[in-house]
Amino acid sequence: MERWETMRMTTWDSGRRPLVLCGLRVLDPETGKETRPEVLIKDGTVRFTAAGDHPDGALIFELPGRVLVPGLIDIHVHLREPGDEDAETIASGTAAAARGGFVAVASMANTRPPIDDPQSVRFVLERARQAGMSRVYPMAGVSRGLEGTKLTEMFDLAEAGAVAFSDDGHSIMDANLMRRALEYAGMLDKMIVTHAEDLNLKGDGVAHEGFMATKLGLRPVPRATEEVIVARDIRLVQDTGGRLHVAHVSCGSSVEILRQAQAQGLRVTGEATPHHLLLDDTMLGTYNPNFKMAPPLRERMDCEALLEGIRSGVIQAVATDHAPHTEIAKDAAFDDAPNGVVGVETAFAALHTGLVLTGKLELSRLVHAMSLGPARILDLPHGPVTDGGPADLTVLDLEATWEVGEDDFVGKSSNCPWLGATLTGLPVLTVSGGRVLYHHPSVGAGNAAPVGTR
Amino acid sequence: MDRKDLLGLEDLSTDEITSILDTAEAFRGVLDRPIKKVPTLRGKTVANLFFEPSTRTRISFELAEKRLSADSIAFNASTSSVVKGETLKDTVQNIEAMGVDFVVMRHGASGAPYYIAGNVRASVVNAGDGSHEHPTQGLLDMFTMRRKTGRLEGLTVAIIGDIAHSRVARSNIWGLTKMGATVRVCGPSTLTPREVEKMGVTWTWKVEEALEGADVVNILRIQKERQTANLLPSLREYALYFGVTPERLRRASQDVVIMHPGPMNRGVEISQDVAEDGRNVILDQVTNGVAVRMAVLYLLNGNEPASREAEMATVEG
Repeated sequence: MERWETMRMTTWDSGRRPLVLCGLRVLDPETGKETRPEVLIKDGTVRFTAAGDHPDGALIFELPGRVLVPGLIDIHVHLREPGDEDAETIASGTAAAARGGFVAVASMANTRPPIDDPQSVRFVLERARQAGMSRVYPMAGVSRGLEGTKLTEMFDLAEAGAVAFSDDGHSIMDANLMRRALEYAGMLDKMIVTHAEDLNLKGDGVAHEGFMATKLGLRPVPRATEEVIVARDIRLVQDTGGRLHVAHVSCGSSVEILRQAQAQGLRVTGEATPHHLLLDDTMLGTYNPNFKMAPPLRERMDCEALLEGIRSGVIQAVATDHAPHTEIAKDAAFDDAPNGVVGVETAFAALHTGLVLTGKLELSRLVHAMSLGPARILDLPHGPVTDGGPADLTVLDLEATWEVGEDDFVGKSSNCPWLGATLTGLPVLTVSGGRVLYHHPSVGAGNAAPVGTR
Repeated sequence: MDRKDLLGLEDLSTDEITSILDTAEAFRGVLDRPIKKVPTLRGKTVANLFFEPSTRTRISFELAEKRLSADSIAFNASTSSVVKGETLKDTVQNIEAMGVDFVVMRHGASGAPYYIAGNVRASVVNAGDGSHEHPTQGLLDMFTMRRKTGRLEGLTVAIIGDIAHSRVARSNIWGLTKMGATVRVCGPSTLTPREVEKMGVTWTWKVEEALEGADVVNILRIQKERQTANLLPSLREYALYFGVTPERLRRASQDVVIMHPGPMNRGVEISQDVAEDGRNVILDQVTNGVAVRMAVLYLLNGNEPASREAEMATVEG
């Protein structure tokens, strides 16, 4: 049995039974305020109740000291299905996401074949429904076949359930196509998500252009690769009134370009990945392909600028760019290995360890960038945890310390830059629509035996 | 030498470099004997893995291995003809299965020998990886400079050409700066990697400036492909503005040592006159390369450093 299947088998099937979460702190990421109600989850709805007020048959979770936050959302994952099911499937990827505390993910369209017609959007939604793990909001391609030449049928795609449009994995080099895409998607009030890398400037580059690439003899990718596309696309937003979201911002200079655009009132947002926020190109010294991604890891000053972007709200979301690759594919020389790293299972822990525990970022700010921030970018129906609101929530253990082991991933791939790292912070309970998607073994309902019925 | 592999000069100590150069001196003497062979590595096996075409370096290593009485096997595959990722992994497993003692490896991807070295028990010698390092070339260049001028400390060395894509440049820079030489790198800005100064060198695009008073000039080969990537408008313009010519060489020290790792593009990076100049040691570099590679294999085998030829027993019978 694969790990994601084991996880599903051993997770509580709460079914229709009410859940009671006791002893935890409820964090409102918008205000940073904490309250300590008892949380009753019934019929998919949250109720803040007085202690000890338990309905009959409720599963009672004792969670002393844990923190309840709005369900985490990752608006940038690659689930690899269809086409590369040996690296990840919709079922394994959403199980991995649930383990990482994510109640929902937005999936990218660069599968094989890509998600560029209504049937393929429906396929993703159906597979996600069958899996019953984190909810999937599919993105569809901007261009047919993600080839960057002809627009997809965006009305049809939106009708089928596409939440936004992106050729992510491929940069749209044709400025006119980008302009038309922003204009056309604007009618639907849908976001164009740009993978900003000028392919001519990138050439065959594999590492950030700087001292490390020079020293290691790795072909360079200058910052300008990203900057010119971000600047171009923002100019096109100005021209069309469309909505633009910049995926995986890697350069400090791009944050500044975004800030200026937002100051002009343009509808432009951005996301940063955990790896670009925390890691820099000094990690490349051993040529480990788990530090190879597009855009590449840049310098410490870029990490700092991205962090400042999160603090100031210029960057509204953390997104993992979860990019599973099989061990065989990644087991190669740096030049030859594919781009990308997995992220959903380590994102919260890595960021909590690297930013919150070091005092660089408030916990509430991090949680905001992993929940409400991304939901707003894509207009997803997820909000704060409120009395009477929907039960989409995540419980975090801020003290749990764990080592990231190669064999511990629920997802199918382990190409993770934090392999072997010791992290502090762990999502221990993920609830979506009132149903437990995942609970950590340390968390159990005291008054019932586990029911592995699925 | 207390290390398993030789992957680059960046992480060698000055003591290690000195002991390699001293030991190479002893082997250089062996190469002048009538029977140019010692029994040092008898019974040891060396696998020469060349994933990228190479004539000079491969032959130089093979000769070094034969003169140390090692058994050697050759594996030549261009990376383009095989599935890249799988090949490295398969290679590792094959090496382990065959129980070879040394792997000499040339690969087009920077860092590839690190991957192999971390996964095999055999000693790995990097024979050039991508644009990263070519440590035995760096060592033989230093060996040749030291033989010719009697020192490395205080030498002024100009390295001229395509620095960005050159593993020879990087190994020279690490080795020479460690040994106390002053290194100037020179070439068009399009062929110079960013922040190269942080490696401890100065940079100028002006060949005359780089050559001013230089004790050694190491001229790097210009690849024709650099034109198609728009790194150079033409070889013609390169030759005119960056080529090392007798006129430009007048700026250098009178007994400047002229070096080139070969093969030369006469009339491009080096003018025909300079290629024939009596001060050039390009063929000495080739001979010295064998001695240096013998010294590297000998020391990685765990032998004590030597400095006199007399310490080397000639192979018997």
